[in-house]
Amino acid sequence: MLRVAGVSKRFGGIWALQAVSLEVRAGEIYGLIGPNGAGKTTLFNCITGLYSVSAGEIFFAGARVHNQKPHRIVQHGLARTFQNIRLFANMTALDNVRVGRHVRTRAGVLGAVLRDRRTRAEEAETRQRAHALLEYVGLGNKARTLAGHLSYGEQRRLEIARALATEPRLLALDEPVAGMNPTERAQMRELFLRLRQDGLTLLLIEHDVKLVLGLCDRVAVLDYGRKIAEGSPAEVRQDAAVIAAYLGTEAA
Amino acid sequence: MLRLALPRSRRAARNALILLAVLLVALPFLTELALGRSWVRVLDFALLYIILALGLNIVVGYAGLLDLGYVAFYALGAYLYAWLASPHFGLHLPFWAVLPLGALLAAVFGVLLGAPTLRLRGDYLAIVTLGFGEIIRIFMNNLNAPVNITNGPQGINLIDPVSLAGLSFSKTQTFFGLTLSSAHLYYYLFLVFTLATVFIAYRLEDSRIGRAWIAIREDEVAAAAMGINTRNVKLLAFAMGAVFGGLAGGLFAAFQGFISPESFSLWESILILCMIVLGGMGHIPGVILGALLLTVLPEALRYLGDWQRLALGKVLLEPTDLRMLLFGAALVLMMIYRPEGLVPSPQRKREFHAEDSVAEQEQASLYDARR
Repeated sequence: MLRVAGVSKRFGGIWALQAVSLEVRAGEIYGLIGPNGAGKTTLFNCITGLYSVSAGEIFFAGARVHNQKPHRIVQHGLARTFQNIRLFANMTALDNVRVGRHVRTRAGVLGAVLRDRRTRAEEAETRQRAHALLEYVGLGNKARTLAGHLSYGEQRRLEIARALATEPRLLALDEPVAGMNPTERAQMRELFLRLRQDGLTLLLIEHDVKLVLGLCDRVAVLDYGRKIAEGSPAEVRQDAAVIAAYLGTEAA
Repeated sequence: MLRLALPRSRRAARNALILLAVLLVALPFLTELALGRSWVRVLDFALLYIILALGLNIVVGYAGLLDLGYVAFYALGAYLYAWLASPHFGLHLPFWAVLPLGALLAAVFGVLLGAPTLRLRGDYLAIVTLGFGEIIRIFMNNLNAPVNITNGPQGINLIDPVSLAGLSFSKTQTFFGLTLSSAHLYYYLFLVFTLATVFIAYRLEDSRIGRAWIAIREDEVAAAAMGINTRNVKLLAFAMGAVFGGLAGGLFAAFQGFISPESFSLWESILILCMIVLGGMGHIPGVILGALLLTVLPEALRYLGDWQRLALGKVLLEPTDLRMLLFGAALVLMMIYRPEGLVPSPQRKREFHAEDSVAEQEQASLYDARR
């Protein structure tokens, strides 16, 4: 579904990514792990169009998506969340999700001013879908709350609801359980499994190795901008390079 | 202001609306009775500035793009009206044909200004837009040779007044025994345009486009990553804002009958921005209030000279100097005590007081206790 082919990204003299290739298959939960500064988020930004790539290609559902504008990539069906939560803090939870519907709706200035039948129907559908998505992630009773006033865990879930509003086929989550307590983590884990059940493909960056190895179908390991291993959690766990680079302290 | 008088029931809302409508219709007559005809003209200008402020509010208040050259669109609308309806080129098109053209021209220039500045934010955008405003004014000032297009600093005179069904708005007209001066006639014309502007602004605010504007203001990267075409949506904000600027410019030209580059100085841009900031950025009732205050108050302060002459026998402080002083002082005080504006939107208020957490409130009360 998503194919990253030899992608490199250079910032000045530093190669943040060097010829990284990986393939995410439809319907799987694909994990991306690696120590701090390994280039995980850089790869995310390349995939979602926030960065241009220095070399290499990215294909999503058969279309070339590298170096495209972020909104075009969202149109293709690839949505993301951010490591450092980037909600529209002063908008309500409902409005955050409604913004996510932007890409799947069409009303322009004339529609907004005239509020013709089509626009009214679209707005009603947007509202109803947004409520449904809030319900889905467990924020059904927080629709009118400002995003900035939600608890940390709720904000993470709202980001997922907002991303889901764009009707993605692949959802890219950047450290979705960072800073959560074990109960919240368990809830998120369930949410991820439910998402997969509902037909979504997940690409996951995570520091919580236990969660990643327990949840993901396949895992890639980045270190210093290179992919050093890829495979099932069991394979990766045995990989000598991974143990040296990432789980090194445990091996010692 | 409509929101302030939040109704208890549907009937109360209807009554409030009827009352407001009656008040708006009667306002010029009441004003003339109480203060004289010159004040009806002040009202006319207040309405023009409400249109301008609501237009700029789309760019600055919703999309969060600081535009200091807004007056350029006002100038373009006014000059287009003057070109197409005055002896200057010998063209005399009717106002209903010229006004939309002015709005369209302004929108085109809005996009032209917006396109190269898309990457700029905050201060940098402000500087470029400021330059744009000045460029337009200087063009108007100098385009009288080799071909006389704008008549330079002398400006364009004898601009056609608005006329409807053979009825000129520049003359006093009588309907069924009711005498309406030119100022009255323009009041009602401007009122129609102002109400339309308010209506459009409300509709835009609560729409897919309006939410996209606010999302860009809140976090442009997140907005792009959520599928908003930030380039187009920002250009749309510039164009929509410019439309109202161009429209107000056309109305201004017809109303005054004379325009010159002097009317479109940087000061005008700043004044319109001040109206928004003073009233409450991004909140329609606030912006209306800001525009009203900043057009009516300076006029009211003119009386200070007369009062001084009455009380002291001479003018101690020139009212014009005093006006600027009070104006500046009011803005400084606003920025200190109420940076979100007089009537802010609930959302803006939260933005400005986002850090007002429990911890800070505790700090503040500690300080009080020490005193």
